[in-house]
Amino acid sequence: MTKLLDVENLWVKFPTRNGIFDAVRGVSFTLGQERLGIVGESGSGKSMTGRAILRLIRKPGIVTADKMELDGQDLLAMSEKEMRKVRGQRISMIMQDPKFSLNPVMRVGQQIAEAYMLHTNTSKAQAKQKALEMLDAVAIRDPERVYNMFPHEVSGGMGQRIMIAMMLIPDPEIMIADEPTSALDVSVQIQVLEIMDKLVRERGMGLIFISHDLNLVSSFCDRVLIMYAGRVVETLQADKLHDAKHPYTRGLLNSLPRIDNPVERLEVLERDPAWRDEASISGAI
Amino acid sequence: MNGITIENLNVWFGDYEDRVDAVKGASFSVPKGGSFGLVGESGSGKSTILRAIMGLFDTWSGKIEVLGETLTHKRDREFYRKVQMVFQDPYASLHPRQSVDQVLSETLSLHGFKDIDARISKLLEDVGLGPAFRFRYPHQLSGGQRQRVAIARALAPEPEILLLDEPTSALDVSVQAEILNLLSDLRAERKLTYLMVSHDLAVVGHLCHDIAVMQLGKIVEVLSIEDMRALQTREDYTRTLLQASMGYELRG
Repeated sequence: MTKLLDVENLWVKFPTRNGIFDAVRGVSFTLGQERLGIVGESGSGKSMTGRAILRLIRKPGIVTADKMELDGQDLLAMSEKEMRKVRGQRISMIMQDPKFSLNPVMRVGQQIAEAYMLHTNTSKAQAKQKALEMLDAVAIRDPERVYNMFPHEVSGGMGQRIMIAMMLIPDPEIMIADEPTSALDVSVQIQVLEIMDKLVRERGMGLIFISHDLNLVSSFCDRVLIMYAGRVVETLQADKLHDAKHPYTRGLLNSLPRIDNPVERLEVLERDPAWRDEASISGAI
Repeated sequence: MNGITIENLNVWFGDYEDRVDAVKGASFSVPKGGSFGLVGESGSGKSTILRAIMGLFDTWSGKIEVLGETLTHKRDREFYRKVQMVFQDPYASLHPRQSVDQVLSETLSLHGFKDIDARISKLLEDVGLGPAFRFRYPHQLSGGQRQRVAIARALAPEPEILLLDEPTSALDVSVQAEILNLLSDLRAERKLTYLMVSHDLAVVGHLCHDIAVMQLGKIVEVLSIEDMRALQTREDYTRTLLQASMGYELRG
């Protein structure tokens, strides 16, 4: 498998009044043309890992890595201007909540067309045509009507699909999806996943899928990294998630109520302080 | 006697051409000491039913009966002693400038309790928070601890019925397990009746005995948890919802 992204020993640090806080501590992984899941609880550093790849960590945050390469190009050495060519065009990111990620005073179609025009040299009419095709590709019925709507006029699920359309229109090599479905209803969630799944299979895109939902990740992704306190504690084939060895992963799995396997009391996760200090496991293949 | 009986409940918002019927002809009943779940997608009207029972809107018609008494549009203090609600977002439902002690003592004094000091200690202990939390402010608590405070506040007037509106959806799974265990312990100890709203069928399945599935303001099906687990559903919609919550299946 071709390596699209190669990250080695990534750290994200924030200086605070009480010393430096390490949000991500020595994470390594590679991404090919696959669906890679990153799972963890709030504060485990999974979103920070995604943002660090796009160099979206604002000052005074510090990002360091031994290696962070996109197709062999060093992302950390790039200038801000070069980085703007990477963001959106080669690596794009879908945020959690469409309500806060779309421009509220611009028609959604124009926002999608704008994304296309920024990255290619085309006329407005062509960009509109392309935007309409893209809306159709993300399973929006009646794209003409939706094109002229404002973000407050669309539902959450539709908003999320519009975000995906906008992120896909420059045809990126890698997509980072940060909890793309957690604000959505289950049935819409499945639709959104199907769209992303199709893109990985048909276009050979690499997908980093950040989520807290273990069941969803194990059924949707190819590989999973499990993060705890800024480190990767375990990496697994997604379909083998239920054979996980690490006590943290086991604890998370056991604390989930299951429809097919009812229990009287749910297991409560006992956190072992030693987990914080274990070495981060490499997710490279 | 039933804990909650609802017959032909309609709730609407707005007038004339702006009118939206949020709940249309809903009927179900929860036995005293029972635990009933309302599931459905966002906008299906499940939270609206809870809010109508609590008297948070006036625009409803039909019959709501709680502990044998038929409710009118006005609720008295005695009603709020018997019925309490826990809200979805523990970050929004606690006053940011009031300490845990203030939150609990206000509820207790409103309901005319005298031994407030002893009761607060007892409540905190019951929800698994030590006395150290008593003088903390919400920003000094984690999400799970806040939800425990919200549960303590709901338990303060010694209610018989708790209405739970997505009590764990803002929490991490490991914290969710703690809160769900706490809720099932409290129900066993205090013989509480639960009416719970959730979009997560696994959570409802863990805590409830019967569920009602809602779609577009209507109850499409009422079924027992055993039937739900065995996928014994009459309606296709219920089955779709169940399958969707089991995870993603690769197609084609």
